[in-house]
Amino acid sequence: MICIQHADFDAGAEYQALLQSGPETGAVATFTGLVRASGDQIGVTGLFLEHYPGMTEAVIQQLVDQASQRWNVRASRVIHRVGYLPLQQQIVFVGVASGHRADAFAACEFIMDALKTSAPFWKKEITNGGEHWVEQKASDVERSENWDGPGQ
Amino acid sequence: MTDIPSDTVSIRFFARLREELDTEELTMAAAPGLTAGVVLEQLASRGGAWAQLEGDRPVMIAVNQTMANANTAVKAGDELAFFPPVTGG
Repeated sequence: MICIQHADFDAGAEYQALLQSGPETGAVATFTGLVRASGDQIGVTGLFLEHYPGMTEAVIQQLVDQASQRWNVRASRVIHRVGYLPLQQQIVFVGVASGHRADAFAACEFIMDALKTSAPFWKKEITNGGEHWVEQKASDVERSENWDGPGQ
Repeated sequence: MTDIPSDTVSIRFFARLREELDTEELTMAAAPGLTAGVVLEQLASRGGAWAQLEGDRPVMIAVNQTMANANTAVKAGDELAFFPPVTGG
């Protein structure tokens, strides 16, 4: 399940849905990203999130497919919000149900890391002093590229 | 995808580029041998804010909603997009 939406989501309900992935599920890993006060600037009061409709969903589907090829993934749920999101609001949810914990952790982290550097979303930070588009972080690119390395 | 006249390519801009170019979408006549890089070059030659399309800051390219590069061929009916490196999550 992949969903791009303006509305908030219920992480508990998403977790419950992942529990319904059959008797061979032995682990569920979830990640939730929130709007934080210190980003590129301090005193962030909210974010505006833009995306490329259609391409975004297709890219995330490819990442989920890649994760399913590399690890045991029995079910996955990815939600990303767009539009204006005030401080401390939920932005993104990634949840993976697997047979074992290592696969659940790895697939969840991979989807999140790869989403940050390949899914067409853009964040604009809003502070009392104005607004500015967030720049891509070298550390995010490095984390994403680490999944391509040998031994992964 | 947008409805594109059969002899043109559609070009979309997102985020900082959309704002700084004050353009969400435009169309350009398709020509034989056209590539995403040639489109970028033609747009950059408009000058002003458009010059940044060939500036120091990276510009990402998608053709028909798939990541592409300057050498990717572009034909009539295609949807191109130019945007800054992505920052979601």
